Order: sequence, then structure tokens, then C-alpha cells
Amino acid sequence: MLKDQDRIFTNLYGMHERTLAGAQKRGHWDGTAGLIEKGRDWIIQTMKDSGLRGRGGAGFPTGLKWSFMPKESDGRPAYLVINADESEPGTCKDREIMRHDPHTLIEGALIASFAMNAHTCYIYLRGEYIREREALQAAIDECYDKGLLGKDAAGSGWDFDVFLHHGAGAYICGEETALIESLEGKKGMPRMKPPFPAGAGLYGCPTTVNNVESIAVVPTILRRGAEWFAGFGRQNNAGTKLFAISGHVNNPCVVEEAMSISFEELIEKHCGGIRGGWDNLLAVIPGGSSVPCVRGEKMKDAIMDFDYLRGELGSGLGTAAVIVMDKQTDIVKAIWRLSKFYKHESCGQCTPCREGTGWMMRVMDRLVRGEAELEEIDMLWDVTKQVEGHTICALGDAAAWPIQGLIRNFREEIEDRIKAQKTGRRGALAAE
Amino acid sequence: MLRRLHSEQPDSFAFTPANLAWAEAQMTKYPEGRQASAVIPLLWRAQEQDGWISKPAIEYVADMLGMAYIRVLEVASFYFMFQLQPTGSVAHIQVCGTTSCMICGAEDLIAVCKDKISPKAHTISEDGKFSWEEVECLGSCTNAPMAQIGKDYYEDLTAASFTKLLDDLAAGKDVVPGPQNGRYAAEPKSGLTSLTEYEAGKPQYNASAELATELGDGVKRIQGDEVPLLTPWVGKDGVVAGRAAAEPTPAAPERPKPAAKQAEAAKKEAAPKKKAPVKKSDAATPAQPEAAAAKVTEPEADAAEAVEEKAPETLTTAREGGADDLKLLKGVGPKLEQTLNELGFFHFDQIAKWTEAEVVWVDARLKFKGRIERDGWIEQAKQLAAGEETEFAKSAKTDGRYKDKS
Repeated sequence: MLKDQDRIFTNLYGMHERTLAGAQKRGHWDGTAGLIEKGRDWIIQTMKDSGLRGRGGAGFPTGLKWSFMPKESDGRPAYLVINADESEPGTCKDREIMRHDPHTLIEGALIASFAMNAHTCYIYLRGEYIREREALQAAIDECYDKGLLGKDAAGSGWDFDVFLHHGAGAYICGEETALIESLEGKKGMPRMKPPFPAGAGLYGCPTTVNNVESIAVVPTILRRGAEWFAGFGRQNNAGTKLFAISGHVNNPCVVEEAMSISFEELIEKHCGGIRGGWDNLLAVIPGGSSVPCVRGEKMKDAIMDFDYLRGELGSGLGTAAVIVMDKQTDIVKAIWRLSKFYKHESCGQCTPCREGTGWMMRVMDRLVRGEAELEEIDMLWDVTKQVEGHTICALGDAAAWPIQGLIRNFREEIEDRIKAQKTGRRGALAAE
Repeated sequence: MLRRLHSEQPDSFAFTPANLAWAEAQMTKYPEGRQASAVIPLLWRAQEQDGWISKPAIEYVADMLGMAYIRVLEVASFYFMFQLQPTGSVAHIQVCGTTSCMICGAEDLIAVCKDKISPKAHTISEDGKFSWEEVECLGSCTNAPMAQIGKDYYEDLTAASFTKLLDDLAAGKDVVPGPQNGRYAAEPKSGLTSLTEYEAGKPQYNASAELATELGDGVKRIQGDEVPLLTPWVGKDGVVAGRAAAEPTPAAPERPKPAAKQAEAAKKEAAPKKKAPVKKSDAATPAQPEAAAAKVTEPEADAAEAVEEKAPETLTTAREGGADDLKLLKGVGPKLEQTLNELGFFHFDQIAKWTEAEVVWVDARLKFKGRIERDGWIEQAKQLAAGEETEFAKSAKTDGRYKDKS
């Protein structure tokens, strides 16, 4: 198990002082100017060496992403935009950073912006996180007051502003180009890529969009060294990670752990085991609603990192939002609810997604009740394949994968339900 | 999902002075010419003030930001947190219903809402105090099931604790947000498995609940004076340091004019004499989206070109035969009619005679910058004064839209 001294988010539960003074006691904002003095190239190289992969779900190497930003300005300013639109069902980790350990994020924003030649950072929070916004703004105000932001931020010679911005309840704004559209005051509809945000993003300027956790871990990595961070987890899956475990475990929680921890250890150490014991485990969604579910018996020995979950189990780590379902769960209904979610959140721009999500939800609705034909399972599978990969952004894929996971892993459950419904109907006819 | 404006709209909307100051401060977060970025925060504050977003609120925000009304309507209808219909006077309850909450008992909470508030979502309860809806994942999954009420998250709920919560809110009692089952934040309920060092000296509440209890504004209609207004990014010298240090942000691409406006402009060119008084007043109406878009950063710039106002002739009371029904002018509702009467206007011919300078005078007193021009009152009044019928007047007379109110 990860030791407390190796945790980056030392105030995850908000039990220590949440003020700047408290953060400094825990080691944040320590020698920030010195880190910046080492220069842009050193920062980006260290981030590459640390092996940090983006914590927003896709797992793209953070240092590499930063290196796409233009080295010299062509007359346009550069922007860092922090994606705090945490809306993926199951995910609730960034919230804890923003309300309880906000200084990790603000310090990270300064360093990351410097590395990308940006003088301005916008943090885009989801609209529902109102208290989190207030808490984070209070921390930002305190930083301005103490000279850590604004002119000559933290004595680094770099002029830097952080602005909080928020959305108003649209999941799609977690997609980076939709987020940029929303930040410009428009409907959150994703843009075609290319151009990628690093070429033309916010206001048509070079922009990098990073997840909250990706930015918040930066100062600690730079202070403790790339080797320290890379020392956790398997090759290519480095670091520590916030896991959010919800659903049918005895003690759901958010906790920081080393990558590549086994699922069993994660659940036993922090969550008090599966409700009703391991034999009662039906299924797990290991990385937020967008990844396919996995059968319980395959999960027990699973290693919680990007490569294992994708390679061995055909799922994904995503945001490390683990949704656990025990055998009392109606799995078809649980996945139907996700279909409803995607139907609700489709922005309506691409036809396959706008129409497909509704279509999939309606079929799923009948599958929950068993009022369908057996052939419709394959038809549904085909539809998910027609949506997947045929849309501007990944929401179409995200809507398709949970259903594919259900059909792959629980086909017999769906078939049983359809058969039961049919025999039930026949039984009723016979009685007449 | 289809979301429309509510069938009944108030006559006007205005920010409270403190909210207006707050809104103007938010606009400084964005580079010059990019003030449209502030549309979501401003609409949200309008909703915090009124409980929902009305058409006048949309137009008010659009005018503030120099945006076309349709662009703001698009935003208001796209984002689901904007309530386009009135909500309960005490609170609008948002129960999270997505998978993590669903498998932990959200359906029980929804049943409570149906039972205690209204069988249908987005409908106000009989006592007028509450409305509710099922929302998608609120991002508090380890504390499922949960609901958002006003600004706050109430987590780890059961049907019983949720029922009690609603009763307490209805009775105006103080309630503490956060986990309702004795947990502190998102730690394991049975006890800490990490970060045990700080447990002993922890503050009474987690950060969210602490703010809620300190400010006591969880379900309050926000007036803007609850907390001091801070804009630390604007330095003592009035300069936003980071923005000053960077290269200037490129200007926003010019949006094409709406087809209607283009046609109008073409018509004006063809017959300049006929619409002369109206056309000249263009300079004095910053609310014109395309005029303002170019100048969003300096709304005062228009003042230089503005025509000086001149008081028109007014009457103290309607002439013999009674006042005209000014509501037959498109853009004038019962409220505006009353204001016009108070200003001393009772007849169409009075309005038809307004000069450019007089329009400015009236505009300033109506507090509806640009509406006279936008809705073409003078043209309409001329027709009506001459005994002709306008399309709007015809429909207004027949559909009885003002019957209940007049």
C-alpha cells in the first residue's frame, strides 16, 4: 500500500488546514520560483521522464502534449485551460482536489503555464460544483494577496493569471474542443480536429487542455523528481492515481493509490470489501461510465492500470472511477441508465450520435423488460458499431462501449430475460 | 432534448446593483472583444437572482455582452442547469439518477420527490415551495445517493433522511449539507485508511459544508451583496498582469448579420427618407447587436456619438375618448404601457411624432435601451394612428393575450 509520505494529495479529505498557510506546511508552494528558473525544457523533459499519463480518461502522456505547444509566439498568446468539468458518471476525484487541496492545482497551473509560454490559465469547472468553485476562488484570491499569482507570480518573474470559469450542466463540455467552445460563450459542440487546440484553440490561439489531476501532480513531481514518480506502477503506467470507488462496496471512497495496484487490494484495503463478499461480485466498471463493464470473476486479480485493463480485459482505466455492482444489481438496467445518460448528453451535432443514442436507449429499455426478440441483441450490437467511430468526438464511442461490454459479458442474462418474458406470455395465453 | 421558453414571461429583468457590479467584474476575466465568454456565468447569476431564466433575462444578458439574442437563447437552452420555467420558491431539488446513484438507491429519493413535491418533474408543488428533476451524474459518486439543493450537495441520503431534509427546508430550519450519514467527506465511512495524521484536529465540516454554514446562502435568491466583490486579477494599477504580458488576443471573427437585418438595411438604403428618424437613432442604441459587437469593450463609446435627448410633448391625461391601447404595439406589454402612461403618452399619434432626440429621451426613461427602435414602435404607431392595422395588433386583439392582465 502507498505510504502517506508518498501521497501527493495530503489533504484529500480536508481534515488539515485548507488555507495557503496549511498548504505551505504540507510542502506546497515550496521553491516554486526555483523550479521555474530551471527553464521550460527542463520542466517538459522531467514531465516526459516521469511517465505521467493524462488523468482525464484518455491517458495521453502529459509531457508530450505540452511539447506540442509552439516554442515561440507567432503574435498570438498561448493559453492553458484546465478541464475541471468532471462529469463522467462514477468520477468524483477532482472535486476533492479543488475543495480540499486547491493549492496543488494553482501551483501546478503556474508551472505548467510557464512551460507552455502561457500567461493566462482558465479553469473550467462544471456548473454544479458551486461550493468547490467558491473554495477554489478563495484559494486563488489568497494567492493573489500573497503575490503567488499576478505580476511576477511567486517571485518567478512570470506574470500570470488564473481565472475560474464554469459551465452549466453539459457533460459534453468535458471534451476539450467543446470545452473551448463553451469557454468562448457558445453551445458546447465539439470542433473538428485538426486543427488541434495546440495550433488553434481558445480564441484561435495555441491552447493546451489538461485535467485537474494531471496539473495538480506537477509541482510534486518536479520537486521529488521524475524517478520518484516513475517508481510507482508498472512500466508505461507510472505514478500515483486518485481512485474513486462507488457502488456496492462496504465503504465507497476516494483514495490515492499507486498505479497497477490490484483490484482486490484496492477494495480490501480501502473499501472494506465487496458488499456480501467476493462471491457476490457481479460486475465492475473500472474507469467511469465510458468503458465497458467487466465480469466480477475476472476483476478480482485485475491490475488497475491503463495497459492491463485495456489489453487483458478489453476495458480501460479511464478516470479510475470504479463502479462496483453486486449480484443484487439489475445489470441490464444499470447499463440502460448509462444509455439514458448518453442520450441526454449528446450535443446533437452528429447524426449517428444524436439518433443512435436515442435508438440504443429505446432498445435497451425493452431489453430491461425482456420485451424484445433474440435477434435484436445482434441488431443492437450492429448499431453500436455504426455509431462508434463515426462522430466528431468520442461521445458516440462512449455511448457504444458500455452496451458492447454488456452484450459481450452478460448476453445470457439478456437472453434469459427475453425467454422468460416470452414463456410468461405464452403461459398467460394458455390460462385463458 | 427540446427546451423552450416558458409560456408566461415577466415584462422585464434587471440585475440588482450588486449583481450588476459582479457581472461587470466577471467580464474583465476575458480579453477585450471576447466578453461573450461571460455568458454562462451571467445567465447563471440571473438564475440565482430569479430562480429561473426568463426571456427578458436572456435579452438583458445579450445586451450586456453585445451578443445577438439568438446566441444567448441557444446557450440558455443548450445547458441543462438553466431552468427555463419558474421553480419552487424555496428550492429546486436535483436528484442524481445516474448509475452509481441509481444502484445505491436514487430511485427511492425520486419516489420521495414524486410523493412530496409533484408527480411530474419541473412542476411546482402545491404549496409553491419546491420543484424537482432527475439530473445526470453530479460527480459525488462515492457519496451516493445524493441530491443538489440550491448551491449545496446533500450526500449519503436515504429516503428517510431525504424526507426529513425536505421538511426542514420547508419549515425554514437550518440544514447542514454534505454527507448525511456521519461521514466527513469522501473518506471510507468505517474510518480512515490513509492520511490519518490530521484526523484529530479536523475542522467541524468539510470545505463545502463549511462554506454553506458560514454563508447561509444555500437556497437563497442571490442579491450580490452576500460576499464582498473581489477582482484580485486586476492589479492596483488597473492592469491584468498576465494579459498585459502576453501578445494581444486576436479579435473575434465578425459574425454575418441576420438575414432580417440585412433586408432592413437594404430597405433603408432604397428609401432613406421614409425611415429617416428611426435610422438616425441607430447611433443611440448600443443594444443593436451588430453595432455593439464591434464595441463590446467600450460600451461608453456610443455616448460620444449619441444624440442629446430632448423631452417630447406629453399629456397629463388621455384626451377625450380615452387612451389608445398601446399594448397593440409589438414590444409593449401591460407594464410598459403603464410606464408610458406615467410618462405622459396615451395615444399612437404621440408616439408616431417622436423625433430622434425624443426617442433618446424616452429610451432613457424606459430602461429598455433600444427597444423602440428594435420593435419599430414609431412605424407601428404611425400605422395604428392612421387607423391601419398591424399584423401584431390583429393577432393581439384576437388571441386575447392581454385579457387576464388588463
